[in-house]
Amino acid sequence: MVRIGKLPIAAFAFLIVIFPWVARQIPGIGHYTDIMVFAGIYSLITIGLSLLMGYAGQISIGHAAFYGIGAYVSGILTARYGLNPWVCMLAGISVAAAVAFLVGAPSLKLKGHYLAMATLAFGIIVYIVFNEEIEWTGGPDGMSGIPGLSIFGFDLDSAEKYFYLVWGFVFAAFIFSVNIIQSGVGRALRAIHSSEAAASAMGVNVSGYKILVFVYSAVLAALAGSLYAHYLNFINPATFDLFFSIKLLIMIALGGMHNIWGAIIGAGIITFLNYEWLHYFEEFDVIVYGAILLVVVIFLPEGLAGIPVMLKKRLGKH
Amino acid sequence: METITPAGQLFQYLITGITVGSIYAMVAVGFNIIYNVTEIINFAQGEFVMLGGLIMVLLHVGMGLPLAAAFPATIILVTLVGMLVDRLAISPIRQPTVLSLIIATIAASILLKGAAMFIWGKDPYDLPAFSGRNPIIFLGAVIQPQYLWVIGFLILIVIVLTLFFEKTILGKAMSACADNPDAARLVGINVKQMILLSFALSAAIGAVAGIVVTPISLMEYDRGAMLAIKGFGAAVLGGLGSFPGAVIGGLILGAIESFGAGLISSGYKDAFALIVLLVVLFFRPSGILGDIEISRIKRF
Repeated sequence: MVRIGKLPIAAFAFLIVIFPWVARQIPGIGHYTDIMVFAGIYSLITIGLSLLMGYAGQISIGHAAFYGIGAYVSGILTARYGLNPWVCMLAGISVAAAVAFLVGAPSLKLKGHYLAMATLAFGIIVYIVFNEEIEWTGGPDGMSGIPGLSIFGFDLDSAEKYFYLVWGFVFAAFIFSVNIIQSGVGRALRAIHSSEAAASAMGVNVSGYKILVFVYSAVLAALAGSLYAHYLNFINPATFDLFFSIKLLIMIALGGMHNIWGAIIGAGIITFLNYEWLHYFEEFDVIVYGAILLVVVIFLPEGLAGIPVMLKKRLGKH
Repeated sequence: METITPAGQLFQYLITGITVGSIYAMVAVGFNIIYNVTEIINFAQGEFVMLGGLIMVLLHVGMGLPLAAAFPATIILVTLVGMLVDRLAISPIRQPTVLSLIIATIAASILLKGAAMFIWGKDPYDLPAFSGRNPIIFLGAVIQPQYLWVIGFLILIVIVLTLFFEKTILGKAMSACADNPDAARLVGINVKQMILLSFALSAAIGAVAGIVVTPISLMEYDRGAMLAIKGFGAAVLGGLGSFPGAVIGGLILGAIESFGAGLISSGYKDAFALIVLLVVLFFRPSGILGDIEISRIKRF
């Protein structure tokens, strides 16, 4: 599963480029472009999580925090101080990277359940801060007045324009991550996943690589958060709660965390469930999410992206 | 009018803290029972507490069953839910890894929360206190009679569990699974059944916690996650797997939270316990009474 073919990437890029055009042609799905903006934003986070959880084997149930840090730093600096959104985006990413380094260094010494609980606790603490620091964040009511983005005076003021921006970032992150996976760093991460002791004996700087990939995943989440804030022009803490971290977990479990394609597949499906297909269930959609998670963990441990491999094995037996 | 003295106020925080801490201790004991047998951290542990409270409200307030009948009936129902969690979410997993087990118990927790929202809606529910709500004034602090029930039930649970694990064959068999599942299987212990039993037992204790705390703090469908993570904080603080540790950890955590909320900031009430959890995890993950050597040889 290490090689990621160039052909599927090119095909996928083509599909993304024509997507808004196709959506416009078919009646009733014109707003899918808008939903795909969110799918792209979530994909940015899940690509990082795929590297962290699937390849390096480190669990995080707290990435809503980095997503929120990106969004709030962007939101506060633009809406309250009138700074340039792109500068604020960089600032948000830097803050998230610094926090990820500070939290990651002691956390990543932990294993399994301990790491899961530490990241969970971290995520909830950040969520409480978003709620309580009302002077900065506006508290539970959230903050509005966050400006949109523009490139060289060209305003990204429609879903379609923003779509291309977000998916441009997704592709950059995807290609960069594929390169990481297929480089020495990727081999080191997989070595850490299979056995930390063996990796360390072979001279892999285990804690260094773990922190590196943790920071990388936080950077992508913060970028996603900033894109979200500038797209909606409004943020409130509920977006960055514990359940969002769990939703991220559902996305990569459903897509398949041992394959980076799984990150995009999972994010896409859950986004459409969230914004489109589960409307009928209203808030009872949690039951659907729980059921998906349970079915995946029992019957599809490798996720949807793992189905081809699973079928090949089955067919090979007969 | 009673005047509130500073000392009385501090004593009040302590009493409240011990009461809340007793609940955390019960959740922590529940974590430990499952962890000791299976090395699984059951993220759905808090949902047992939530279900205990809400089912008790349904039976006692909604259907008018007397306290003495509704109490055991609630425990039995939640125990069945606990067994269902094992049978539907844990035991079907063919190749358990830490991650798949975490995901499975999170899935169970979401499903239970969703089911509770479906049945009870989003409103918080109250339960009559077991022996009225006339407070006892003691050393300048206001003590609700229900506080004493909570603390009393924690003591009862500790005594019963100690007797169970040390005096009964079943309890000893469960401890054996914890020490070495393969060896336990060799001497004829049905490990699968012991795992089922551990889920049943820890669900029952969660139910008790939910029943006794509802008259104090009400109960609603989404309370489980926070209770679970604080209970886990208590278990880690005391040393994961240690029963005396769970009690000490729970009481300390409850006291820290109560003093923190009273003296520093009530808005950050929930954050204090989590910060303590992080500090313990970062600096002494084996906890107060845990054994660092044992935590190294654990599978997960």
